[in-house]
Amino acid sequence: MAYVAIFITYIFINNFILTQFLGLCPFIGVSKNSESAIGMGMAVTFVMGIASIITWLVYTFLLVPLDLVYLQTLSFILVIAALVQFVELIIQKNSPGLYQALGIFLPLITTNCAVLGIAIMNITEGYTLMQSFSAGIAAGIGFTLALVLMSNIRERMDLFPVQKSFKGVPIAFISGGLMALAFMAFDKSLLTNLLG
Amino acid sequence: MAQSHKEVLTKGLFKENPVFIIMLGLCPTLGVTTQVVNGIGMGLSVIFVLVFSNIFISLLKNIIPNSVRIPSYIVIIAAFVTIVEMVMHAFAPAIYKALGIFLPLIVVNCIILGRAEAFANKNTVYDSFLDAIGMGVGFTMALILIALIREVFGAGTITLIPIGNFDGVLKIPLLYTYPVRVFTLAAGALLLMGYLKAFFTWFAERKRG
Repeated sequence: MAYVAIFITYIFINNFILTQFLGLCPFIGVSKNSESAIGMGMAVTFVMGIASIITWLVYTFLLVPLDLVYLQTLSFILVIAALVQFVELIIQKNSPGLYQALGIFLPLITTNCAVLGIAIMNITEGYTLMQSFSAGIAAGIGFTLALVLMSNIRERMDLFPVQKSFKGVPIAFISGGLMALAFMAFDKSLLTNLLG
Repeated sequence: MAQSHKEVLTKGLFKENPVFIIMLGLCPTLGVTTQVVNGIGMGLSVIFVLVFSNIFISLLKNIIPNSVRIPSYIVIIAAFVTIVEMVMHAFAPAIYKALGIFLPLIVVNCIILGRAEAFANKNTVYDSFLDAIGMGVGFTMALILIALIREVFGAGTITLIPIGNFDGVLKIPLLYTYPVRVFTLAAGALLLMGYLKAFFTWFAERKRG
């Protein structure tokens, strides 16, 4: 049950983009068409899942025993940067098709706040290894959901006349705001109603 | 690269404002601006990290091999962020708590890495320092503007740093009783950012003629 709660929390209630403002740059930057939105979303979900596991292991078995907790930020960002490079190499080698789809998004992920965000959150929330992994995947799915919805809205919007000064980024922000307003319907009571 | 020192310093304030024009560092911009004091705290932290990382990267630009420059920049930036975290935790615990996750996230703030990559690694130390000050102040001004609008309308208060008897909170009569709550929420932040960006685009167009 705890895992179901984590998934619902990170996909809907605490959606990274729409309630926590993590990962706003790709939300505005890569949401112009739905294909690249799906690619970016999948790449981020993948990296967030693995990064959650590795940063949790680093924190629990390296930083805590050595009393180096203050190096958390530094070590996490290094792990994430190395991981992204590593994932890029592996995908490039083993599945050229996937690499073509995700390739251009991978370097952008290192500086995506959502990845470092979930790594730090797992620690502050005191999750276990499996819970961290679930939270990572769930937050990634939530990120993808918001990104794909947004890209579909923007594709539609291209067909409608938008006031000149609102074209592009401003109208994207306003649509995002309205989406966030809709997402406010998901709150803690959803969890209690669903899971008791 | 024929910019005068003055240009390097002032371009970050308006012409290339990191938040409203280049649109970098959006996550903390919207995440922490529910109170003016948080905006100031975040802005000062970013100025500190930006100034020192720009100086160091500019000093080391001939030593760092090109192929590993991005990881090296990240390590330098992360080191200064850790310093800010520790100092804030010790001397300003309230702001440390309010900024929460966004304080360590300064590491991935695109402004800092962006300035390292776009400016500090090909300019002199002095110019990099000026650039960092200009960009940092521009960022802080944008943060304070957004925080001011959100706090005044969303809570009817302006929270500043407490000095002596003054507890740091200014109350605005009518709005304090009937605040427009949505401004403090995520949705309000995104809407406000959209309208502000539209306003700046309109303003820039008009100025250009």
